[in-house]
Amino acid sequence: MKPVNQKAWFLVLPVLVLVAISAVIPLMMVVNFSVQEKASNGQFFWMGTKWYETVLHDEKFWGALFRSLSFSAIILAIQIPLGIFIALNMPRKGWGVPASLILMSLPLLIPWYVVGMIWQMFGRVDIGLLGVMLKDFGYNYVGDPVDAWGTLILMDVWHWTSLVALLSYAGLVSIPDAYYQAARIDGASKWAVFRYIQLPKLGRVLTIAVLLRFMDSLMIFAEPFRVTGGDPAFLSIELEQKSEELGWASAMSIIFFLIILAISWVFYAVMTREDADVAKPESAS
Amino acid sequence: MSRGKLSWLVPVIYILFLLTPIYWLVSMSFKTNAEITGGFTLFPEAFTLDNYAKVFGDPKWRGVFFNSIFYVLLNTIISIAVALPAAYAFSRYKFFGDKHLFFWLLTNRMAPAAVFALPFFQLYYKVGLFDTHIAVALAHCLFNVPLAVWILEGFMSGVPREIDETAYVDGHSFPSFFTRIFMPLIASGIGVAAFFCFMFSWVEYLIADTLTRSAATPITSKMRAVFEQQGGTDWGVLAAAGTLTIIPGAIVIWFVRNYIAKGFALGRV
Repeated sequence: MKPVNQKAWFLVLPVLVLVAISAVIPLMMVVNFSVQEKASNGQFFWMGTKWYETVLHDEKFWGALFRSLSFSAIILAIQIPLGIFIALNMPRKGWGVPASLILMSLPLLIPWYVVGMIWQMFGRVDIGLLGVMLKDFGYNYVGDPVDAWGTLILMDVWHWTSLVALLSYAGLVSIPDAYYQAARIDGASKWAVFRYIQLPKLGRVLTIAVLLRFMDSLMIFAEPFRVTGGDPAFLSIELEQKSEELGWASAMSIIFFLIILAISWVFYAVMTREDADVAKPESAS
Repeated sequence: MSRGKLSWLVPVIYILFLLTPIYWLVSMSFKTNAEITGGFTLFPEAFTLDNYAKVFGDPKWRGVFFNSIFYVLLNTIISIAVALPAAYAFSRYKFFGDKHLFFWLLTNRMAPAAVFALPFFQLYYKVGLFDTHIAVALAHCLFNVPLAVWILEGFMSGVPREIDETAYVDGHSFPSFFTRIFMPLIASGIGVAAFFCFMFSWVEYLIADTLTRSAATPITSKMRAVFEQQGGTDWGVLAAAGTLTIIPGAIVIWFVRNYIAKGFALGRV
């Protein structure tokens, strides 16, 4: 058990001050704007919840929310299984380990705007490798919504599947060899090894993967902004384009933030519950 | 564990998929604009270093590269410096409101940049920090400090508490114990946390672009300006600059390659 010590607050103080400056003050400003209207003479008027009602009755908001959630759902459905599959097949010893780790991490450290640029250069039907090859099949991400979605999904899979794979790999290498030996003696099938040994051990890292991927995919901005110029319009893009209308944009910001917060809280609750389960003495398996 | 003989094919195919768009960018950076837009060539036919010469020869391009690196390093130093004591408090003690505080910190990692861009602009403009490196570095703390606390707390919880107690019995004060004994023990954790701070500050676009105009603009803002300039896009120069933005990340990965797997699990494996 950890000892109770209220002086620990002093150690947390620098973080509190910094995060107060970089998060609380801006957030309060957004809340402030969302309940006021700025008149042409620069004076602010109290508006109550009018902006929230406007946003919640706006088809653009619901459309953007639906598109953003669909995008997150699709990329999670692809990246999580694909990442696990890649991790299961990654080398465990020899030169292949650092080589594959370094090469796989590469897309993660490219600035997001450049990621968009790379995919624009790759996908354009006049100068892009992908675009030129698929042009004859009628592919063109400009103007064709299906192709635009396909390109953005492929780009995100390219960009982020490595994160899931590396997390899963970290989980897999932490499984002691004794587990596999026991499974071999029992004559367990490959599927049984995966289902009853590997997958449970991956639980915690996968929660981190889902949490990070969900949050970041819902906020995606720079990449679709660069590739397709903001079409399909996800939440962040809708927000950026509306930033002139202070009240509308602020009310939408708060709603957007609350949605992310609510969903992430569910993930977090699941994760900490698993942590608590692990802390209990495990029965011999 | 038993694996198929062809299992090596999976990572090889995946890595080829990752490298193809990067290859296209790099190959484009060695082509002339006439070759890029004129016809389709798989390899640069008229191999040229002109695009790189243009990037390195232009003080504006050199300036934006320096800007990006500078605010990223500033952010990494600030984030780690404030996260270290906080992570120690979370990993070692119970105190009033600790769990709520920890979750509240994490919620800031979830804050969409699009939500904060506008208030950041107004806040930093009012205090006179608009268009400075420190403004971007402080703004990026929004998501990097929570992440650093989270990672460091994971690594610190892996160090047995008996080590702290023994050090105090030996007569170490808290600062001396923390810097001389504890920090070397979690050196790999600090490296991993710094890696993630570097990564997320380096890749971020919207906030860095909003908070700067000329003196501290990041590379990506300059790229956007090149895209939007009159008289056709200079694809060759953009490709060369894009290729150069991959290099700092590759160097950082090289340094943490031995901890990367554990690091991506945020010290929680």
